[in-house]
Amino acid sequence: MSVNITIDGLAVRADAGDTLVDVAADNGVYIPTLCYQRGRPCLGTCRVCSVRVNGNVMAACTVPVADGMEVEVNDPADMRKALVELLFAEGNHNCPSCEKSGRCELQVVGYEVGMMVSRFPYRFPLRDRETRPKKIWLENDRCIFCQRCVEFVRDRETGRRIFSIDHRGSRSRIVMDVALADRMSDQQVREAAELCPVGCILQKGLGYNDPIGRRRFEVRRLRQRVLEGEGQ
Amino acid sequence: MKPKNPREIASHELPATPLDAATRAAREEKIQVAMIALCGCWGCTLSFLDMDENLLRLLEKVNITRSSLTDIKRIPHRCAIGFVEGGVANDENIETLEHFRENCDILISVGACAVWGGVPAMRNMVPLEDCFREAYLEVPTTEPRAPKRIPWHPDIPIITDRVYPCHEVVKMDYFIPGCPPDGEAIFKVLDDLVNGREVDLPTQINRYD
Repeated sequence: MSVNITIDGLAVRADAGDTLVDVAADNGVYIPTLCYQRGRPCLGTCRVCSVRVNGNVMAACTVPVADGMEVEVNDPADMRKALVELLFAEGNHNCPSCEKSGRCELQVVGYEVGMMVSRFPYRFPLRDRETRPKKIWLENDRCIFCQRCVEFVRDRETGRRIFSIDHRGSRSRIVMDVALADRMSDQQVREAAELCPVGCILQKGLGYNDPIGRRRFEVRRLRQRVLEGEGQ
Repeated sequence: MKPKNPREIASHELPATPLDAATRAAREEKIQVAMIALCGCWGCTLSFLDMDENLLRLLEKVNITRSSLTDIKRIPHRCAIGFVEGGVANDENIETLEHFRENCDILISVGACAVWGGVPAMRNMVPLEDCFREAYLEVPTTEPRAPKRIPWHPDIPIITDRVYPCHEVVKMDYFIPGCPPDGEAIFKVLDDLVNGREVDLPTQINRYD
């Protein structure tokens, strides 16, 4: 069943139940996202895609469109920016020394929301790294707790989770089942490292492979990838 | 501007050959800019030079009173714009930054170190004691016969417990991230300020690494 909604005053026709963030992208409206990946179940952890829906602020990746919906993208722009700034202040996001720079989704979302500096005090947390697995390691102070790895990286045989979140609040950290991690194939390790939006999950022996100017988001910007599709 | 410390003499107070009247008048008409490097690598100043021919366009309108290139710390007279690179890592940085805040109308944090601490802030995760031990006592490159000790003297600036972004010490008005920012980004911000436009750093030239 098709429905009519408006996005920043633009009349849009969509199928009922489609995800708002996808509908917006298909109609040329870019809403910054971080934990969300098109085609995968919504996680709703980062809230960076917050927009105003019928007056209420909601994460656009969690909203199925319904008839008569009025969406404002520009109004909570500063709120989205503040959410990204919080993430930068919460961990240690030292772009100049990070292997993921140029391929990092947090970094490009920072550019898209126009972040120059975080309005929050930088915390410089001390979180231990996990280096025991043979092929993979965790730079824990870069984790933004998007939970992509928790949900989507599973042991191929048993379907058990390899990553999980330990502790709560400011003490939370991502942990890895070392025995299961050592059973991961090279391909699966590469996929997990690519799945991580920041430089937390890293493949051992790999880093700084693409020269500056030819890194993923320098070749094609995030906004273009979202609006025109990944494959083009 | 007289230094706050009565025992301190600023370089502009030392005897010097006066400028000819025409040059002096031409300089006084321009927008006064002061530059300083705190705890950083001066890469942002090199990026400033990367403006290439745009630097000449800019210099038609601005006069650089003090710069990181001359490493003169005190501002001779009130400035419109202060260009600050580097974070705050010792008490001398705090003093210099406060002097800049008092004597500049607008302060700009330039580069990752000024914006959030940058590479020097990597020591924020390590206790200061361990930093000193690693740097002076257990370092493999010291002279073997030299006494191993942590240097201390009243003239050596006191290191702060961690590296602070400039805006956690004084109010900063604008920020240019990047390590270092491109010359193009520095030019865009300075050009906006000099021409009285609202400062806008477009997404395409903003970067954090």
